[in-house]
Amino acid sequence: MQNKLNEIKQKAVEAIQASTDLKKLDDVRVAILGKKGELTSVLRGMKDLTNEERPIVGKMANEVRSDIEKALEEAKVVISRKQRELKLKKEVIDITLPAKKRELGHRHPMTVVLDDIKDIFIGMGYSIAEGPEIENAYYNFDALNIPEEHPAKDEQDTFYFNEEMMLRTATSPVQVHVMEKEKPPIRIIAPGRVFRSDEVDATHSPVFHQIEGLVIDKNITMGDLKGALEVFIKQLYGDSVKAKFRPHFFPFTEPSAEMDISCVMCNGEGCKVCKGTGWIEILGCGMVHPKVLEMSGIDPKEYSGFAFGMGLERITMLRYGIEDLRLFYENDIRFLKQF
Amino acid sequence: MNISMKWLREYVDVDWDIDAFCDAMTMAGTKVETYEELGKEITNVVVGKILQIEAHPDADKLVVTKVDVGSEVIQIVTGANNISEGDYIPVALPGAELAQGLKIKKGKLRGVESNGMMCSVEELGLSREDFAEAPEHGIYLFDEPKELGSDVKPLFGLGDIVVEYEITSNRSDSFSVIGVAREAAAAVNKPLKMPATQYTTYPGNIDEKMKVFIEDTERCYRFVGKVITEVNIQESPKWLKDRLRSCGIRPINNLVDITNFVMQEMGQPMHAYDLDLLDYNEIHVRAAKEGEVLETLDGVKRELDPSITVIADKEKAIGLAGIMGGEATKVLETTKTIFFEAATFNGTNIRKGSKKLGLRSDASTKFEKHLDPNLASLAMERACQLIDLLGAGKVMEGVIDVYPVVRQERHITYDVERINQIVGIKLSEDEMLAIFKRLSFGIDKEAKEVIVPTFRSDVVGIADLAEEIARMYGYDRIPTTLESGTPTVGKKNKKQKIEDITKQIMEASGISETISYSFESPKAYDKLGIDSNHPLRQYATISNPLGEDFSVMRTLTINGMLNVLATNYNRRNENVRLYELGKTYVPKALPLKDYPVEAEFLTIGAYGEIDFFDMKGIIETLLTRLGVVDGVSYDADIDMPFLHPGRRAKIMYDKMELGYLGEVHPETADNYDLGQRNYIGVVSIEVLTKIANLMRAYEPIAKYPAMHRDLALLVKDDILVGQIEFFIKQRGGKILEGYKLFDVYQGEQIEEGYKSVAYSLTFRAKDHTLSEKEVSKAMDKILKGLEFELGVTLRQ
Repeated sequence: MQNKLNEIKQKAVEAIQASTDLKKLDDVRVAILGKKGELTSVLRGMKDLTNEERPIVGKMANEVRSDIEKALEEAKVVISRKQRELKLKKEVIDITLPAKKRELGHRHPMTVVLDDIKDIFIGMGYSIAEGPEIENAYYNFDALNIPEEHPAKDEQDTFYFNEEMMLRTATSPVQVHVMEKEKPPIRIIAPGRVFRSDEVDATHSPVFHQIEGLVIDKNITMGDLKGALEVFIKQLYGDSVKAKFRPHFFPFTEPSAEMDISCVMCNGEGCKVCKGTGWIEILGCGMVHPKVLEMSGIDPKEYSGFAFGMGLERITMLRYGIEDLRLFYENDIRFLKQF
Repeated sequence: MNISMKWLREYVDVDWDIDAFCDAMTMAGTKVETYEELGKEITNVVVGKILQIEAHPDADKLVVTKVDVGSEVIQIVTGANNISEGDYIPVALPGAELAQGLKIKKGKLRGVESNGMMCSVEELGLSREDFAEAPEHGIYLFDEPKELGSDVKPLFGLGDIVVEYEITSNRSDSFSVIGVAREAAAAVNKPLKMPATQYTTYPGNIDEKMKVFIEDTERCYRFVGKVITEVNIQESPKWLKDRLRSCGIRPINNLVDITNFVMQEMGQPMHAYDLDLLDYNEIHVRAAKEGEVLETLDGVKRELDPSITVIADKEKAIGLAGIMGGEATKVLETTKTIFFEAATFNGTNIRKGSKKLGLRSDASTKFEKHLDPNLASLAMERACQLIDLLGAGKVMEGVIDVYPVVRQERHITYDVERINQIVGIKLSEDEMLAIFKRLSFGIDKEAKEVIVPTFRSDVVGIADLAEEIARMYGYDRIPTTLESGTPTVGKKNKKQKIEDITKQIMEASGISETISYSFESPKAYDKLGIDSNHPLRQYATISNPLGEDFSVMRTLTINGMLNVLATNYNRRNENVRLYELGKTYVPKALPLKDYPVEAEFLTIGAYGEIDFFDMKGIIETLLTRLGVVDGVSYDADIDMPFLHPGRRAKIMYDKMELGYLGEVHPETADNYDLGQRNYIGVVSIEVLTKIANLMRAYEPIAKYPAMHRDLALLVKDDILVGQIEFFIKQRGGKILEGYKLFDVYQGEQIEEGYKSVAYSLTFRAKDHTLSEKEVSKAMDKILKGLEFELGVTLRQ
């Protein structure tokens, strides 16, 4: 009996080792441990044993059974792993086949730059203001202290509907709308479309975009104006960009300035874009003229402030090295997809 | 404004390096655009004297010359035929560079050595227009001996540097050499030297010669007159011609040159009348009479009206005030006596008059900028001094000066603290006063006032004083600070946030952004098939457009989008999806008197792999993102002729029109040369802002299981699924969680005129597991409702 048990164990181990898949392994299990299995039938013969033999053989039989079960379990793990490995090998793919890309749309390059500019100024505590594109003479000229003779008033520059109504020539009228509506402290930028009677060419368009800025508070100085714009320009073009302020004239600011920045194309070395000077004119600015404050209902003795204005087309062209402004309004998808 | 450095140095002693000087000017507010050295490219051309001329042994048309160039005598072979022995000429030595890159080398001409070249004015980059005495096709001959071997450039006015300044429109005083010199003196902190104005006068009674009346003192502020007798018109001296040439003015004769010189130097236009040609010895400055005709100096007869100011005698106009003189009284070679005018006219009146006549002159350009009346007398003195100096005539003693209201200097209180505060600096009172003095301002320290000279009409208040201090102190020296006022929070409003979200959703949907013009051609409305009396045709029209294509403000955004699609289609770009966030401009009434309604729209346009339902899906994705889930409906009844009559819809939210979408009508597509099916979607940003809900509230995730039921319906052809869904929703009750259309079928097994529509319905209760009974009851209600309202039955 004991020999028989050892024989069965020996046979079982051999059969298990010979099994190459789970099916065969299960066949082994059934053949030995199943209801009609060899070990089961041997155990059935236990009743014929003597009382002395029975516990000894019983113990042995249990050991043999447990050993076989263990061996089966181990073999199962090994075979499963092998089979999975085999499956994975079969599933090897050519990872250089094309990706399944979801095509995204693209923002217009001017919007990309404008979004950056908005983020910078929002971070500095400015809000975004808007105003009408069709303006009346008061907001477009008079309230900005623009005299009768100013060239902007000329028919050559302004699109008129009639004497009273026109397309705004700058975003500056938004300053006045905001000052009339809100009390200081005021910090806004006002981006938007503006219109001037320029024939279309590489650097002109009758429709273009400006970004106006306005800050009104107590004790605002020209130093603050310089500070705010230097922070802005470094955020936009990088820390290495230098700013230079030159005196200039605008009817609605006094003192007035123009800001040049070191050329972003050549880092101030001198190139075609900066005409060899190393500097590019980027925006106009100044301290809000006391008359403008007064006309908008703000007491110039109590408050002061600064304003600035820049062209979005120019800033975008400089950012991306675009040489022809017409591309912005053509909207060729091959152009738009680059941004 | 172009000014030669040599000329500028007559008034201010600038010995700075040219770049440093230009920087200083720019930083002080007179921006230097560029500068140019006259004849910079010309080198190594000296004065030579022809000692000998001999025939060339082998060429009839050439001669061999010996020329003394100071250091040596060189041999030059030339084909010139206007030279004689003893002539002084410009000689280009070997190694010389001439105009247009011409280089001179030693060489042989027909076998004879030639070691230089004699020059014409053209070879020096000049022209016979500037040097009338130069021969045509010949060597320039100096009219008198010059130092042999000396550089010829100064002799031709070359070598000088001409600086181009940008003068801002508020500084009428800087449109003159003296004006810029005054700024230069302040910038480099050196004194300004005013030109001499002393001259000899000759006896006479000017009041017998002329009487001047200003009839409208709003049009003419001052009239200064002088009489010159024994006029002697000749060529001007070289220095005067050089000055004029340096700023691009051609010398003519001494009298014309003097007036041009004074206009450049002082900025004051002057005019000379031939006194003997005047019919009366009276001058009236008055408005022209309606229909009055005057022949101006340019030979044109002009019809005038009272808006134009004229210089007249007792009867008739003899000149256009401040614009151009009259033909009848102009100075000729034969003129013996002249009446000289230096007047100050109203700049606005001159500008309008010159515009009306379409006649702009150097004089009118100056007057338009509003001249200081106190300049008139100074300019007259200078002109008389030059007439005396040049022997151009005899200045009669006495002056006519009609000056009804004398322009006074302006007194402005200076507040040192306030100026420091505006600029952000800490200058002492004395430091500020020193700057004002540099600018030729007077000072009354006791009254704390600066006295602004009359030529600085732009300086009016404290802000102007602050600018004067700031620019002289140097903008670059103002400390850069960050404002320390009351903080504000930067943010976007709801509409701006919705615009941002809209852009994100468009991008995620593979749609790219475009920008198109706000104005378009009125013909666009024809292309879109919009009736001539349609309200969309009530557009605002620009009175001075760049052309018809840019003449009306758009009342809908479709034309811009279709043009962009057409551009892309024409360039064979495939599968194009675009959007624009842009405005329409709808007048409340025409003609435009008030602000129109400027409404912003999202406009989507696409062709390629897209259909009606893709477009609908894009719009609904956006609406879902904006929290607009319920309440949106589609209405096929829409008045948009540019859309396919069977594939178009108005998008409604409650009773508000949110937008529309559809396939572009094939006829419209043809009008834009678009070849395939094109889709358009338009959504109002204003309505979207009103209905969008960006707030979100947490709702517990469902705990109890859902029950699903399928519903196959037999529906008459003309019933829309939207109608079915309306009743499914209405009758489904609280437990109807959702429904999904999964099949629409027509054909075999379905009766003609009917379609099969199949839905999968989901039921769920928040607080318990639904029973079969509850669901059956709801299904029953839905079916009954559909049958009653729409005659829809369950498909057997």
